[in-house]
Amino acid sequence: MVEATEIVKIYGSFRALDRVSFDIYDGEKVVIIGPSGSGKSTMLRSINRLEEIDRGRILVDGMDLMDPKTDITKVREEVGMVFQSFNLFPHKSVLENLTLAQIVVRKRSKKEAQERAMALLEKVGLVEKAHAYPGKLSGGQQQRVAIARSLAMDPKLLLFDEPTSALDPEMIGEVLDVMKDLAKDGMTMAVVTHEMGFAREVADRVIFMDAGRIVEEGTPEHFFTAPSHERAKLFLSQIL
Amino acid sequence: MSNEAKKQTIDVGDGAAIPRKSDRGLFTAWRIAFFGAIGILLYLVKVKPDPYLNILKFIPDGILVTFKVTLGAIVLACVLGLITGLGRISKNRFVNGAASLYVEIIRGIPLLVQIFYIYYALGRIVQVPAILSAIIAMAVCYGAYMGEVVRAGIESIAKGQQEAALSLGMNGRQTMIHVILPQAVKVILPPVGNEFIALLKDSSLVSIIAVADLLRRGREFASESFTYFETYTVIALIYLIITLFLSKIIGVMEERVSVNK
Repeated sequence: MVEATEIVKIYGSFRALDRVSFDIYDGEKVVIIGPSGSGKSTMLRSINRLEEIDRGRILVDGMDLMDPKTDITKVREEVGMVFQSFNLFPHKSVLENLTLAQIVVRKRSKKEAQERAMALLEKVGLVEKAHAYPGKLSGGQQQRVAIARSLAMDPKLLLFDEPTSALDPEMIGEVLDVMKDLAKDGMTMAVVTHEMGFAREVADRVIFMDAGRIVEEGTPEHFFTAPSHERAKLFLSQIL
Repeated sequence: MSNEAKKQTIDVGDGAAIPRKSDRGLFTAWRIAFFGAIGILLYLVKVKPDPYLNILKFIPDGILVTFKVTLGAIVLACVLGLITGLGRISKNRFVNGAASLYVEIIRGIPLLVQIFYIYYALGRIVQVPAILSAIIAMAVCYGAYMGEVVRAGIESIAKGQQEAALSLGMNGRQTMIHVILPQAVKVILPPVGNEFIALLKDSSLVSIIAVADLLRRGREFASESFTYFETYTVIALIYLIITLFLSKIIGVMEERVSVNK
């Protein structure tokens, strides 16, 4: 699904990503963890080119992100993204949030888009909020709507950028539950998170980053029980 | 990384202050000025119909022209402002440069000079009625100011909104039309209202190029009847009443918009 080779991202004199290579396979759930400033968000955001990398090569679903001929909107149609701060459109109702891109980008009819939207709201348990505005929803509800909004485009891959970090503790569970359901349905997912329980339960593979590099990579069992790298050990001892 | 949409207000323009219910002092001042002006005008007409009633009878045509110029200019200025504002945030160097240059040049030249200039410059190419020339001159000038308002409005929308729209596969144009502009309009509305009022007042400048607006009609009357003081008293009161009335309407509109959020 994603094939990144030796990607480099530089801000001024700071190397946010330093020759990072990784793959994400179809149906795989990859969880990316690491201390803040380690480059994990930058790496995730480079997959749909919200961050443009300076060197290296990224292929997403066969499309080369560095090729100037690639239509980036085509890539983004297939790659959904869920943000830390939800980023729902405040001037549109929940239903309109879900139908907008379906109609504008996927060229679906309004009726078709609404049916799809309602089915997804059912899935995330927010049918009764269809006509509410985002401002009236709790953080957890907003994030569930944001996930449904991404799903409405029927993406092949979903990126999650710290989806629970802006939430009150009691709302984290409802969002993680939705994400776990998605994982069960076979969605290909890349998740940047600090939720170690989620990583352990859902991840096929854990990527640990530090200082712009992938330091350790492996199954959750391996990573949480016997990490080989010192930095990973230190990080786990601090966070668990 | 959390970027909650911050409510930003932009304060541009030099129109009459727009009264809000919450601002007690200003609200009261508005009432005193508005009803006071109407009261004085009525009193003068009643006590001294000559010349005050004659003046009042003479100038309605001028009020109409003033409104025509103001409305025509504001519509054109909004269009120009939108184009300029989008140009100012464009990544295209040429477009951005052109928009910035326009803003810089216009803001550096007094409106009165622009009105003269456009009137005579246009006159060399095509023969247009003075009123059209006046509308164009006002619009060109206010388009530049409006452009800055539009730019500030667009930039006040949180970056996350754009990212969310782009990540759903929308292109730049779709993002602007469906996500950014509808939100920016709410931020832009108050300063645009101010510009509107400022424009109405500045429209008195067009009387210099043979447009028979409120001020010019007054001057015509005054020079015939030699009632300069009386005439300009009436003119000033009428401008005041119109301006205050408009600022009230804009205040109400603003409140509507912020309730609808």
